[in-house]
Amino acid sequence: MSDLPLIQADRAVPPPAATTTNGGRGRRLRLLSRTDRVVVTLMVLVPLLLVTGLVWLPAVATVLLSGTNWDGIGPISEIEWVGAKNYDDVVNIYPPFVPAVQNNLLWLAALFVVATPIGMFLAVLLDKELRGSRFYQTALYLPVVLSLALIGFIWQLIYSRDQGLLNGVFGGETDWYGDPNVNIWAVLVAAGWRHVGYIMLLYLAGLKGVDPSLREAAAVDGSSETSTFFRVVFPVMRPINIIVLVVTVIESLRAFDLVWVINKGRNGLELISALVTQNVVGEASRIGFGSALATIMLAVSLVFITIYLWTVMREDKR
Amino acid sequence: MTAVSAGRRRPVRPARVVLHLFLGTVAVGWLFPILWAVLTSFRSYEYTAANGYVSLGGWTIDNYVTAWRTAEFGKHFLNSAYITVPAVLLTLFLASCVAFVIARFSWKLNIALLGLFTAANLLPQQALLIPLFRMFTEIPLPAWMSDSELLYDSYWGLILVNVAFQCGFCVFVLSNYMKALPHELYEAAMVDGASVWRQYWQVTLPLCRPALAALATLEVTWIYNEFFWATVLMRTGDKFPVTSSLNNLRGEFFTDNNLVSAGSVLVAIPTLVIFFLLQKQFVRGLTLGASKG
Repeated sequence: MSDLPLIQADRAVPPPAATTTNGGRGRRLRLLSRTDRVVVTLMVLVPLLLVTGLVWLPAVATVLLSGTNWDGIGPISEIEWVGAKNYDDVVNIYPPFVPAVQNNLLWLAALFVVATPIGMFLAVLLDKELRGSRFYQTALYLPVVLSLALIGFIWQLIYSRDQGLLNGVFGGETDWYGDPNVNIWAVLVAAGWRHVGYIMLLYLAGLKGVDPSLREAAAVDGSSETSTFFRVVFPVMRPINIIVLVVTVIESLRAFDLVWVINKGRNGLELISALVTQNVVGEASRIGFGSALATIMLAVSLVFITIYLWTVMREDKR
Repeated sequence: MTAVSAGRRRPVRPARVVLHLFLGTVAVGWLFPILWAVLTSFRSYEYTAANGYVSLGGWTIDNYVTAWRTAEFGKHFLNSAYITVPAVLLTLFLASCVAFVIARFSWKLNIALLGLFTAANLLPQQALLIPLFRMFTEIPLPAWMSDSELLYDSYWGLILVNVAFQCGFCVFVLSNYMKALPHELYEAAMVDGASVWRQYWQVTLPLCRPALAALATLEVTWIYNEFFWATVLMRTGDKFPVTSSLNNLRGEFFTDNNLVSAGSVLVAIPTLVIFFLLQKQFVRGLTLGASKG
């Protein structure tokens, strides 16, 4: 799963009726009958148990396990606490760690510095009332409906050494997926291909929500289109900008499918997510060690999830 | 959009022409990898091996026949359906329950509850793999539910994991949607003596149809496209859903890009069909909340 949609308080789908004051809500909880109270409890409890059991408990367990030397096979009673040893090992004696961090950062940089601005730029162009805008939009976000695993396959037809289009046209001998010097860039092009359409879609929706009178006022003041965008429109879209930032960070952190279908995250395509997986499902089951890697991912993601929630919840209150 | 500009006749401005040329080029460039895959899938390996891929000719549909048979796509598509359909229905049902309670009653815990669900949707799955993997290999299932007799390597396990992860997003969207419904509806229902369950089932849910439709479209695509959980929580090759079966396909098709392209097109077809039929729902779901009204 790799989509983080834009979620925000306001609705793109208009609610069927006008909003009214919600003052009456909630006061009557005590007036509920016994059956109603049981029903309400169940309606919350069942989903809550599922999400707690399959998401939050494993998250806590990951953090706890990262301080132990468990091999995943022995009984729980034999687990020994080793403190920060796993983290020390990750940083100091695990060769793929540094390349993985570099690749994750590179992934983030490529999506954020290249793909996101392109998506935003295209959204601005498409926001003008153009004939055929629908066609352009559809073409751009078509890749968004494809899984990243499938995208890995589709780009293989372009990148493959002997049968790929790139070498067929330019006559090179590069194995774009296999050569550790270039493969991360090849993969980033494919990931960016999808990300651009996604960001375009989010900004396009954001731009439609900008009050047109703001632009008109700026135009009356003699502001050029470019400076109107950067001085008026862009700041107004602040919540969306924050959400796009968080979405991009989390997508870069969760990147996995693409490299896993290519070579399981080895040989130039190391990513933290792939290293965690290798340590669990691979031959070497190093639970404590893998958990330390996973905890690093969790910590980074929680920082940005907090920013995200803070942004969307604040919008909610408005 | 098109209708508006088509109605008025404006003089052709050079800037517009440049804009159209630019956007047209970008759009074609964006479609190119997909078109290339479609094109390659209809050409015979012998022809492209002899003449190179930058050529025309050797048209055939044999790649599809071979790909379908070797990769056993029929079976894997069915597996995807076994997982996707129940998972989407269950996600929408559970999420709408929680959303209803959050929107209908104001408790102090509402914000915390909403945060708990929404954040769960954003955590990196790989970070939870270790305990979850272990948990799944410990939880037994009766043999009639899964021949693995464990939650691991069973459809049930995959359905539950997908539901747990997707619930958060749906809770968020639906609770916002439900909060906008007029509260008088419930007061009227209570005067009629309707229980909480009936208020949820007969008043709220029918009004949420547009949001549910958008979410269903999106969730079908996402769960169909889900790769990670099926890859790590399944073992039996025969039980893999389509997207994760790609991994095995790589070995079988490795030397024949024409087969790879036919396989890719086959896997893409369901999502492309959904996309073209329900494009509006899809876009609406993704941007739910991005603009007012």
